[in-house]
Amino acid sequence: MRAPSAQDVAAGELLLSVENVSLAFGGVKAITNVSFDIRRGEIRAIIGPNGAGKTSMLNVINGFYNPQRGKITFKGRTRTRMRPYEAARGGIARTFQNVALFKGMTTLDNIMAGRTLKMQRGFFWQVLRVGPALTEEVEQRRIVEEIIDFLKIQHIRKVPVGKLPYGLQKRVELARALAMEPDLLLLDEPMAGMNLEEKEDMCRFILDVNDQYGTTIALIEHDMGVVMDLSNRVLVLDHGIKIADGVPATVQADATVIDAYLGVGH
Amino acid sequence: MLGPFLETLIGGLLTGVLYSLVALGFVLIFKASGVFNFAQGAMVLFAALSFARLAEFMPLPLALLLAIVVMVALAYAVEFLVLRRLVNQEGIILFMATLGIAYFLEGFGQTVWGSDIYKIRLGLPTNPIFLFESVFPGGILIDPSELIAATICGLLVLVLALFFQVTRVGRALRAVADDHQAAQSVGIPLNQIWLVVWAVAGLVALVAGMMWGTKLGVQFSLSLVALKALPVLILGGFTSIPGAIVGGLIIGAGEKLAEVMLAPVLIRTFDLAGGGIENWFAYVLALVFLLFRPQGLFGERIIERV
Repeated sequence: MRAPSAQDVAAGELLLSVENVSLAFGGVKAITNVSFDIRRGEIRAIIGPNGAGKTSMLNVINGFYNPQRGKITFKGRTRTRMRPYEAARGGIARTFQNVALFKGMTTLDNIMAGRTLKMQRGFFWQVLRVGPALTEEVEQRRIVEEIIDFLKIQHIRKVPVGKLPYGLQKRVELARALAMEPDLLLLDEPMAGMNLEEKEDMCRFILDVNDQYGTTIALIEHDMGVVMDLSNRVLVLDHGIKIADGVPATVQADATVIDAYLGVGH
Repeated sequence: MLGPFLETLIGGLLTGVLYSLVALGFVLIFKASGVFNFAQGAMVLFAALSFARLAEFMPLPLALLLAIVVMVALAYAVEFLVLRRLVNQEGIILFMATLGIAYFLEGFGQTVWGSDIYKIRLGLPTNPIFLFESVFPGGILIDPSELIAATICGLLVLVLALFFQVTRVGRALRAVADDHQAAQSVGIPLNQIWLVVWAVAGLVALVAGMMWGTKLGVQFSLSLVALKALPVLILGGFTSIPGAIVGGLIIGAGEKLAEVMLAPVLIRTFDLAGGGIENWFAYVLALVFLLFRPQGLFGERIIERV
């Protein structure tokens, strides 16, 4: 089992394109004139040294930040400003660098929260929790249980996530994002702070998600080995500027990229 | 001795339920938005005023319905005119905004409804009930209207707890309370959630206003009831619904018992006047809590990493 090859993907349909995006906080430039695209079905890595603007880029894509310049086209629709919940409605799910779970809630409730947008019954029924709303809740539970099985977290279903070890929290966060059945899944350092075994598990889950659900994934990662194994194409940022973009082998051999990582030649 | 003690305790607990109800309004908004809503007391007054004046012209159920509409409309106005424009501002700025809302509401309520003392007559029975007459001489006296008020409050709390625990909207509210960013990322719109909590806090204020209004009459001082909710919050924790309830009960019972039991001791031993204990007892209790357990009984533990 392997993600589709670079050639397959290059021919794939355009899911997201970012054109000439610039983002600044006051005088600090986080992203300068970056363009790239993500094709349906691919695993797209975004790498770069600390402060390169990787997380800012994810925040731009899912609407936490609105770039001062440039435009973003997602599923054929171009927009300049978007709120995060509109991005979610459009089919963009994400995880966070420092795990943003609902710590007081159980694993199950966290993942159910990911189904928020899929539940359509009116407020009135929701409050009473009878009739159509109850049927719906049961149906949603079934889908959530599938995801729980898929990510092998059955044993922690009823545990408040604040009490879980970090590696499992990351997995629950992935489950919550998957529950949204997204078209585009943004993963911000999904393997940060994990031991080798946990990393291998997470790698497998990411490949499985891509393979079984056909979910398009954009991920930020520091571990070069992981990036090279997982991704179809790699975007490299440094100080908010795009310095390379292509298949892993090309990017790895790129002199500018090596300089950026080793801090030579500036 | 046990008879009067129990009588005081029960009376105190019944008053405590009303404190809990006001505190609950604070907790709802604080949980969902991190805003300490100073206007909760003003909302109690405004709701009670609206209900009392509307009830003069129409049957009670209709007045109640209209008062609910008024409180929901108020929530909408607050969200649309104030909160929406202050997203991502510091807590203190949002607090100042609620301070403004509080004074506006107090004044505006009088502008619309007048500033006299109005009565709310819910037609609750007023004849005192005597319990355990065979056990204690004279039995234990209970005011039935307080008992009914406490029951209504209890039911309301139960419904709210269920609403938070098992419905999608409740889950979304808890999600927002836990993590704003994550909540947005799964598609929960913050604005709508704020609207819901302010509306629910408005309804809680309405019930609290009706109960207090029946007891004391609807007048300006009703908004000061909110100040009694502060020690309740410190006891119970700002983010805990059970905390608001238990805190209210402790404060209600504690201050009544202190007044009745402590005052005679102070008078006898130190030759003090001995009055007014009910006024300060709650705050001293709150201060003690702040020193030894600042997160309250049920609040989230505050762990500061240095």
